[in-house]
Amino acid sequence: MRYLNTLLTFILINTLSASDIEKDLQTQFILAEPGDTILIPEGLHNIIGTLSIDGKKDLFIRGFGMDKSILSFSNQTEGAQGISITNSSNITLEDFTVRDSKGDAIKTQYVDGITFRGITAEWTGGPKPSNGAYGLYPVQCTNVLIEFCIAIGASDAGIYVGQSKDIIVRNSKAFHNVAGIEIENSINAEVYENHSYENTGGVLVFDLPDLVQIRGDNIHVFQNLIENNNLNNFAPPGNIVGKVLPGTGVMILAANNVHIYENTIRNNKSVGTGIVSYFITEEPMTDKTYNPYTSDIHVYNNNYDRNVGLPTLNYEIGKLMAIKYGRTTPDIIYDGMQDPDVHSGLCLQNNIQADFTNLDIENNFEKWYSPFISNFSEDKTIYKCLTNHKISTNSY
Amino acid sequence: MFHLFRKALNALLFISIVLCQSPLKYAKPKLSDYGFFIGNISNHDINKGVLPYEVSAKLFSDYAIKSRFIVLPKGQKINYKSDGTFDFPIGSTLIKTFYYPSDFREPNNNIRLMETRLLINTIEGWLGFPYVWNNEQTDAFLEIAGDRLETSFINIQGEKESFTYSVPNFNQCKGCHVNQTQMKPIGTKARLLNHDYEYAEGTMNQLKKWSALEMINNLPEISSISHTPNYDDPNDGTLEERARAWIDINCAHCHRLGAPGETSGLFLNIEETNKTRLGVYKPPVAAGRATGNLKYTILPGNPEKSMMIQRMLSKDPGIMMPELGRKLVHKEGIELVSEWIKHMEKE
Repeated sequence: MRYLNTLLTFILINTLSASDIEKDLQTQFILAEPGDTILIPEGLHNIIGTLSIDGKKDLFIRGFGMDKSILSFSNQTEGAQGISITNSSNITLEDFTVRDSKGDAIKTQYVDGITFRGITAEWTGGPKPSNGAYGLYPVQCTNVLIEFCIAIGASDAGIYVGQSKDIIVRNSKAFHNVAGIEIENSINAEVYENHSYENTGGVLVFDLPDLVQIRGDNIHVFQNLIENNNLNNFAPPGNIVGKVLPGTGVMILAANNVHIYENTIRNNKSVGTGIVSYFITEEPMTDKTYNPYTSDIHVYNNNYDRNVGLPTLNYEIGKLMAIKYGRTTPDIIYDGMQDPDVHSGLCLQNNIQADFTNLDIENNFEKWYSPFISNFSEDKTIYKCLTNHKISTNSY
Repeated sequence: MFHLFRKALNALLFISIVLCQSPLKYAKPKLSDYGFFIGNISNHDINKGVLPYEVSAKLFSDYAIKSRFIVLPKGQKINYKSDGTFDFPIGSTLIKTFYYPSDFREPNNNIRLMETRLLINTIEGWLGFPYVWNNEQTDAFLEIAGDRLETSFINIQGEKESFTYSVPNFNQCKGCHVNQTQMKPIGTKARLLNHDYEYAEGTMNQLKKWSALEMINNLPEISSISHTPNYDDPNDGTLEERARAWIDINCAHCHRLGAPGETSGLFLNIEETNKTRLGVYKPPVAAGRATGNLKYTILPGNPEKSMMIQRMLSKDPGIMMPELGRKLVHKEGIELVSEWIKHMEKE
């Protein structure tokens, strides 16, 4: 029997033509037993349908290096994702590349314990609205680890963690995406030692309405290098990420309990760190359980730097900033929308070279398009911190 | 020749490796191994204990015609439920064969059987197995990794449609049939079965028939059971009811609480009453380029500017809905849902 198996495996390997790689991988994904390692062979493999994994436990899917084992979906005809992983636990993806999928590159949903290590998700035709939305896309997962990964060209977010819990994103690179790294409606996330550059926005922390996991909490973004995020926003219109100003370092939208510290945030032309409520999107809001305000936001010990130059003029708020501040727009911009039920709205401390402005939208709303008479406050001291964040020079 | 060789190789591999492994231990290699049909099995002449059925609203599957059958383990019964899929005894099997006539204007001639899918209720839960019919149409063989079949037919308007028909793989079966991480049948719900069927021995309400055959427990008075319209029949329900029936059977297996589409916040099951959750003036969450530059899933009065219609129209895998099992556009479905949106009250 053993001899027969060996013989058959031999025959199988030798009869696999290029297109059979897809069927072979998919078959292995279906038959995998706990503890199995599935190897993605070296080479550029043309795959035309989503590869899926469902209901598996303790699985390693491993390539021979992100530049050696490449799954290319440029001729994809079936399924929206490159790889889809659902209803599983302890799945590790290592050392391969997913390229040019029609929708998201790797989507994982309902997975407890998902590790992306040394994975590249990329669209090779440059930043385009026709690229897929997300590169690495865990959603409704727990115990998410993303490390040593690269995301390039996503028309929404390169690395996107949504509606998940207990998350680490570290030592990864994101560039030429609309959003480099985005954490949305998630709980307990640490995002550190990443390099997010040449995106439209470097790092986004969002809470959106009408979702299953309603409120994000306890998000730490620290010791990242977030620079030169000045790419035109190429998100297909209609997407919320289309509202992100080209030239954004960090954007916090309607989120709660977010700590941004010890990052170097430089040369993002419009805003180093923006802290805004959902009102700024001007989208309808019918979800009564949703809190549109930011609250408990801490921005401290960051190192800001900005080349003198105009912010983006393609967005109202960019024009407004340009008119008011010319070529020296402030690093930290707050819309001033305080949650009436929360006292700790915003805490700013020990940031290096950080200019600040409060748009005070509530009071200036009537005069929104009359920036000369708008009364913006640049007084940081009104934002009292309930916790005292120690000075640290431990930046990226 | 190569094709035959591949089939033989697959069969050998199946015996040596696959059979030993879960969950395939619940499946047989060929459809004929189960004994559901007698004689030439391509005719689907049913064996004792096999009963045909039909659902009132059907999932669009590239215009394939589907024959459905149910088999229960001897002496055991389904537990009736008013909401959701019935509870089936372990060992129950649902059988669904997909086929095309070469010309839809003569639907009974020149039939090509594509695949037969089995849903088997095991002690590990429901499992889905796709069997692909051979070219000779003598039997169908298990293809757990699915298959792609070049296909063409003449449609009802007399035009030729050519496309690659996709047989789902084992995982994709579950991709649609998932409910709170468990696999579940979709069509075996009271509201989808509550109508007449022409049995060989005469026409009868399907649920009554199941009760008469002692296949189901606790069936209430038929008049108290709801009925989902056959959306193709203009006399079966209002425009809204028919459109919601189409959306329910084609979208709600994913777009429902506890199913993969829930991340979007768009809930399309027939029970949903919240307008935003149904898509009315709802901005997309993670649609990417599938927004087609549109702001809302449904813009009342304006189907052309409703993302729902645009995604039903698309054949691009990164845009189209549903994500799987569709290579063609369901013109009649689009017409129906468009009419509904057109007549929707604006706010």
